[in-house]
Amino acid sequence: MEVYHPTTLGEALDAVDEGAMPLAGGTDLMVETNSGHIRPEHVVGLRRVAELQAWEGNRIGSGVTWRRIEHEGPRALAQAARTVGSPQIRNAGTLGGNLGTASPAGDGHPFLVAVDAEIELVSKRGTRRLGWRDFFTGVKETARDEDELITAVRLPDDLPERQEFAKIGVRNAMVIATVCVVVTRRPDGATTVGLGSVAPTPIRAARSEEMISAIARPSQTDLDEFQRLVGAEVSPITDHRSTEAYRRHAAGVLARRLLERCLR
Amino acid sequence: MTTRTTKAPGQVAGGVGDSPLRPDGVAKLKGEFEYASDLVSEGMLWGATTRSPHAHARIVSLDIAPALAIGGVHAVLTADDVPGSALFGLEHPDQPVLAGELVRYWGEPVAIVAAEDEDTARRAADAIAVVYEELEPFVDPLEADAAEAVFRRMQIRRGDQDAVGTVIVEGFYEVGMQDQAPLGPEAGLAVPDGQGGVDLYATSQFVHVDQEQVVASLGLRPEQVRSHPAGIGGAFGAREDVNLHIHLCMLALHTGQPVKMVYDRGESFTGHVHRHPALMWYRHEADDDGRLVRVEARIVIDGGAYASTTSAVLANACYFAVGPYRCDSVAIDGAGTRTNNPPCGAMRGFGAVQVCVAYEAQMDRLAAELGLDPLEIRRRNALATGDVLATTGQRIDTPLPVVDVIDSLAAMPITEPPATPLPGGSGLTSEPGHVRRGVGYAIGIKNLGFSEGFDDFAQARVRLTDEGAVVETAAIEVGQGLVTVLAQLARSGLGLSRASVRHVDTSQIDSAGSTSASRQTQISGGATLEAATTLRRRILERHDGDDLDDDGVWRDGELVIPMSVVVDESWEETVTFRHPATERPDDDGQGFVHADFAVAGHRAVVDVDPELGLVSVVRVDTAQDVGKALHPQSVRGQIEGGILQGVGLAVMEELVMEGGVIKNPTFTDYLLPTILDAPAVEALLIEQDGSWGPFGAKGVGEPPTISSTSAVLAAIRDATGKPITRAPVRPQDIAL
Amino acid sequence: MIVTFTLNGESANARVEKPLSLLDLLHDELGLPGSKAACEQGECGSCSVILDGQLVCSCLVLAADVEGSEVTTVEGVAGDDVLNGVQQAMHEAGAVQCGFCTPGIVVAATDLFARNPRPDLSEIKEALAGNICRCTGYGAIIRALEGLAGRP
Repeated sequence: MEVYHPTTLGEALDAVDEGAMPLAGGTDLMVETNSGHIRPEHVVGLRRVAELQAWEGNRIGSGVTWRRIEHEGPRALAQAARTVGSPQIRNAGTLGGNLGTASPAGDGHPFLVAVDAEIELVSKRGTRRLGWRDFFTGVKETARDEDELITAVRLPDDLPERQEFAKIGVRNAMVIATVCVVVTRRPDGATTVGLGSVAPTPIRAARSEEMISAIARPSQTDLDEFQRLVGAEVSPITDHRSTEAYRRHAAGVLARRLLERCLR
Repeated sequence: MTTRTTKAPGQVAGGVGDSPLRPDGVAKLKGEFEYASDLVSEGMLWGATTRSPHAHARIVSLDIAPALAIGGVHAVLTADDVPGSALFGLEHPDQPVLAGELVRYWGEPVAIVAAEDEDTARRAADAIAVVYEELEPFVDPLEADAAEAVFRRMQIRRGDQDAVGTVIVEGFYEVGMQDQAPLGPEAGLAVPDGQGGVDLYATSQFVHVDQEQVVASLGLRPEQVRSHPAGIGGAFGAREDVNLHIHLCMLALHTGQPVKMVYDRGESFTGHVHRHPALMWYRHEADDDGRLVRVEARIVIDGGAYASTTSAVLANACYFAVGPYRCDSVAIDGAGTRTNNPPCGAMRGFGAVQVCVAYEAQMDRLAAELGLDPLEIRRRNALATGDVLATTGQRIDTPLPVVDVIDSLAAMPITEPPATPLPGGSGLTSEPGHVRRGVGYAIGIKNLGFSEGFDDFAQARVRLTDEGAVVETAAIEVGQGLVTVLAQLARSGLGLSRASVRHVDTSQIDSAGSTSASRQTQISGGATLEAATTLRRRILERHDGDDLDDDGVWRDGELVIPMSVVVDESWEETVTFRHPATERPDDDGQGFVHADFAVAGHRAVVDVDPELGLVSVVRVDTAQDVGKALHPQSVRGQIEGGILQGVGLAVMEELVMEGGVIKNPTFTDYLLPTILDAPAVEALLIEQDGSWGPFGAKGVGEPPTISSTSAVLAAIRDATGKPITRAPVRPQDIAL
Repeated sequence: MIVTFTLNGESANARVEKPLSLLDLLHDELGLPGSKAACEQGECGSCSVILDGQLVCSCLVLAADVEGSEVTTVEGVAGDDVLNGVQQAMHEAGAVQCGFCTPGIVVAATDLFARNPRPDLSEIKEALAGNICRCTGYGAIIRALEGLAGRP
């Protein structure tokens, strides 16, 4: 087997171009390897590439770990980071890895979609930026080409001041989200709602957002309606973790509670 | 002349009542303790297992050639290669060593492989080409019951069957399939002895019964198979049944080389038995004072594809179906069904857990109907020594402090533990305004030791060596602290401060029985104490002494025989200890069926977010009937560990089945409580003399699991006003 | 390929030809079975080690990717002592039953106390949130570590 240990992005891209599988924190790739689902013979380890760990303003390198995001990230993303796995997972797992795996339940995703983040992809052919809508294409599927690396996430410069995250899990640590939600609100009322685990990809609740953004001081009745709309806009499934009915209900409840927090 | 003060018998440093440090603690803390999964042997091969991907199928063809073609593969064995009995089983030999014509559960072993390394062995196991004809899996236990696909039916009838109460409560209750999920996976090493026999070192709870099954399936003479106690990472019932034992010995004898096998977690979930899921219909009738007049129950537990211990679990469920209460009119009907679900067997609590969920919910409902305090209704019905068990009619002649347990729980103040997470924890779902607090009580009863006339015994040997007393036993240490307690009993029995436990194999000592049924402290402990006490008496008689201690034999305050001389006399004593005889019940389930009982009560405090159905278990406090706490620190450890398993069953642990397939055989999706989920626990130990265990000790392992789940459910009901008739409770059960 | 790294303070080399995990490497090639394999998914912490100063699950580290790194396992936490403070506290508190989770908890707790000599209960629980114990109910573990932190 062949494992590369590049220290520069250029070296890393060379390896990826030759077909090496990118390895960041290992928290997804090694699970697949240990179970025998994959057998990576050609790997490029990314944790020594300093460029991928750079964090400047609102450009967060894909190699930044959840541990750092817990302490330094914008509020709702830091709140999400605190719920990722366990201390062991947070020390190793990266924002980029979370995106690369693109689980519908990824804890970081609702924030990224709520603030309209862009994902930066680099290959030897060049650099491109995809909006999250173009990036997430299906359950555990993304628009990343095989010769590309996710290098960074770009958040807008003016993040909404009010932003709140919540995640439902039956256990207090190490739990895959049954539902996870981020709500943001600006002083002019503009509200966004990002949701995970309620559709094949993370989504925004566009109709709910439109409805509540137009109301400067939502009443309880408005909030009831908002909650109902969010529940109607999601497309959750029933699986061994939860049911469609519960996820729908919980999505609405969480969105409402998070908006109430934003309104305080 | 050397003088010193005499000590009271039994009082010696590190003896009973102390909490000496466990002898294997340092090795475990340093990562040096040898578990079965750590064993290595020169020339060792690795074993792997091919398993059925279907819950029910006919094997049309099986081609091992692709596996044999892989370099480094030494053996590929199928059902045709089983030299002796094709079937094995703990109580009933009905389970194929390797599937023949049919596979009857998802994950059933079909073939086994031995290869140079683990990777190659697994690849070879995957390469075996099996063609299956899928058959419809039979997975509904009620359909199985109706179709007479049962391992056992039980009927208990006692008292006037026409008795009628003034208050009637009926209910249906369900308990899902819990898994023991010990952290250490199934593992073992089989070493052929070059003369047609084999030495087996494998995770187990009962080495003698493993040895018997290996002998039978390998067609060997008993002296050719020696099963050695090996380091084990927990059990909780999962290791009573044979899983990899026969496979390993087959591969070792076929290849002539040592063979090792370790199950990974997914395989461990399929490779061992689970707790029986239960469906229970209950009817409680009481008078206006809340005294039970009649209890009827129909209990269906699903045993899955093979018998395992379903017969005994069903019996236990039925015997304890009324709980620790008096009742003179009882009708219990039970069925242990046979389906294509994964086989179920022993798990800590063994049937008494499931029925407690039902009867404690019923008692609370009766209390509510009558406007009685839930503890008061329990007091009014509580069993006591001298009463008869409501189901079997047997007189309870050992201490059974049910009222003490209730009163102790009631008297324990509810203290707010620090750092209690809100429901939802770091998920930030809930604020204090969303939370309702609830308090719930439950009490439960369990038998100790095996019942129904089973010859329940253990043999132990105590030898005097220059390293002090050595206890030789085949009794398995699964983490509970048996090695600590047996040494304590040897110290107290002999009056010597140095004692240790040495595990020996099946050829060197008779059976200690299973490490289960909360029995080892009482039975292996009983054997050890009797052997030590007898040895002390014999030594003193031989030398006409009146005291024995670390220095030697004393007479009238003078040291007459130094210890070195005593040791040279090669003293040893072997004792086989039996608990008081029990009997098989009659056709109505009546008789002296159980040897001893223990009662425990739990009070749970929960915070619930009813809108989201999320639960934080804040406290579970307990009062437990322990007889005598031989090692108080270990008793507390058993209580805290057992309570958390009960909490797990209440709010998060369940194997989810679909068409006989386990959908969550991983730690990602079979959720075990983390440290952030653990409630604060205050434990009160109730010690009363009178049990036949050493110094009056009772087993303590299972009582913490019997009613802890029920108490949490009762607390959730209190917080939400919802009926909650199922364990585990899922968020949708509360919120929708 | 040969992987060279620092293991428990000493230089170590290993030949790695397969995509095995660091946990497998420690067990199978380097004679250090202390770290335990219990779930292969990073969900139980039994395999916890310190990698370049960070607590991680060794089952999730590709062995071939530890080139140039520093690894400390349970076998290395006590240095020249028989037991370190965490181990001694756990031993005395009865915090070991079957012991399968114990190495991972020792490493996680040692890491905690190296960063924070007086953690409070919240900090202790957060630090051990990734370590599953099935036997003890965590009570004795918490008592051991609270005692070590000098708290009641």
